Amino acid sequence: MSTSRLSVYQRDPAWQSRVFWMLAGVVVLWPMLVLTEFTPWTLFSVESLKPTLRFLGDFLPPKHDPEFLLLVAQETWRTVAMATAGIALALLLAVPLALLSVRVLSVSALTGRMAATPAVLRTLVRWLMIVLRSVPELIWALVFVRVVGLGPTAGVVAIALTYGGMLGKVYAEILESGDAHATHSLLRNGSGRLQTFAYSLLPQNAAELTSYTVYRWECAIRSSAVLGFVGAGGLGQLMDSSMKMFNGAEVATILIVFMALVWLADYASAWLRRQLG
Amino acid sequence: MSTPDSPANVMGASEVHVTHGAGAVNERYRLPPKLFDARCKSCWFVFGLICLTIASFWTLELHWARFFSLDAGRKMGKFIAELLVPETSSRFLAKLGLAALETLAMSALGTLLAAVLGLALALPAAQSHPQDKAHWRGLTRLLLNALRSIPELVWAALLLISAGLGPFAGTLALALHTSGVLGRLFAEALENAPQAPGFALRTHGASEGQIFWYATLPLVIPQLLSYTLYRWENNIRAAAVLGVVGAGGLGQMLAFHMGLFQMGETSSVLIAMMLLVALVDVASNVARRTMMR
Repeated sequence: MSTSRLSVYQRDPAWQSRVFWMLAGVVVLWPMLVLTEFTPWTLFSVESLKPTLRFLGDFLPPKHDPEFLLLVAQETWRTVAMATAGIALALLLAVPLALLSVRVLSVSALTGRMAATPAVLRTLVRWLMIVLRSVPELIWALVFVRVVGLGPTAGVVAIALTYGGMLGKVYAEILESGDAHATHSLLRNGSGRLQTFAYSLLPQNAAELTSYTVYRWECAIRSSAVLGFVGAGGLGQLMDSSMKMFNGAEVATILIVFMALVWLADYASAWLRRQLG
Repeated sequence: MSTPDSPANVMGASEVHVTHGAGAVNERYRLPPKLFDARCKSCWFVFGLICLTIASFWTLELHWARFFSLDAGRKMGKFIAELLVPETSSRFLAKLGLAALETLAMSALGTLLAAVLGLALALPAAQSHPQDKAHWRGLTRLLLNALRSIPELVWAALLLISAGLGPFAGTLALALHTSGVLGRLFAEALENAPQAPGFALRTHGASEGQIFWYATLPLVIPQLLSYTLYRWENNIRAAAVLGVVGAGGLGQMLAFHMGLFQMGETSSVLIAMMLLVALVDVASNVARRTMMR
């Protein structure tokens, strides 16, 4: 009725498609809302609002007696140390894997197709890296906590495995993405694969490789802080135990330290990557 | 390959000098800088990093002896042997499928909510035109940074108190963290959008709302969509893990069965997780390739 009274200029030309997409959106959204038990009103029911408000009320002031702060400082250092040690071990894993899988360093590929054995070996190494990195570090940690018990060992190994796969894959990609001219001429003139790597691939890509490693170190700090939730030590474990005791003041302190740590790692890695250019 | 004073090295050194003096003359073939130089700041930083690594290994009580012990080896072997026999009864698989769907739904809904919330926060966080005073820019950016710097898992653990166990807490956790990430990206996109169409509308007296809907948004929407899709891909991975703290999906099943040492079930859940992640990887690769074409 009302549309017929509107002039041609005021009528929406796309109303049909708008209505269709709205309906389609509702049809897709409905099962998702059911599956995720999306019930926002429970957030504001009395039995959920009361503990939430009490918990949040506890946040102020954050706990700041020296004893607890010392504990937090200790756990913060442990978080950073876990990430750093994990990345160091990941490098030990990633560098050989990357070198094994880089196609540019193949001698047989210089004259046409790569021979069968090296081609199969490179593919296998690639698959190994995919498996290593497709399991999230939290799951690795969950597994290793069962084997070595609670503590940072599980966290370090978890970070080493996941990040080893990740770094190895990206290193190989970076090494292959550059200009292969220098590499090929070195190989053709009889230098070994390691020599070729050290004198042509590494100088070309050193800055990029370092900057990616630093970026991953930053990511590792973020994830090592979380690994504690499955019992692998660090800030996460402290937060988990405070949360289980509903101690809002402690949680507030840990959250502040946590955010400060993440920002610091962010800035440090951004600064270093800028320096590398 | 070459002695320190061979012609190649001397040439290399002078080339480094030239590159530093005149800016990138010959960027691609630039040689790496000297290993250590007291005047280079990043050298000191790298030196610091090495010290940090040594200190880390020094101070962490790492039980390598226990890790590589016969006992641990036997435990690991038993563990892997048990993991090799996944549970495949049809009733369990149906439950697993439902959990996988739940994970997908959590990630999709979380990302959708995050896109809406992120856009709402990106508007005050962006200076849309040079004359815009953008009073709330600093404060909103601080909020976005705070949302972003707390990982999904910590959000989920916090939200369990008010939302209870189950996928709802996980969905909200994903939404909160991702809205921080997307809000920042969206704000950058809005600030970098071409100014001319908005300017044309503004000189003709259009309101800020009209300018946003008819000039800015149509310009940036492809970018916003691609950011959102990229985050969705990340969130599927995150949603699979979130359940470990009790926030629903595959992770919750994993934590449950692993806690009861039911290794057959654990193995099936792990396989389902890896399949889901691999599927997402393949799908996004295919999508990217078709879009590039």
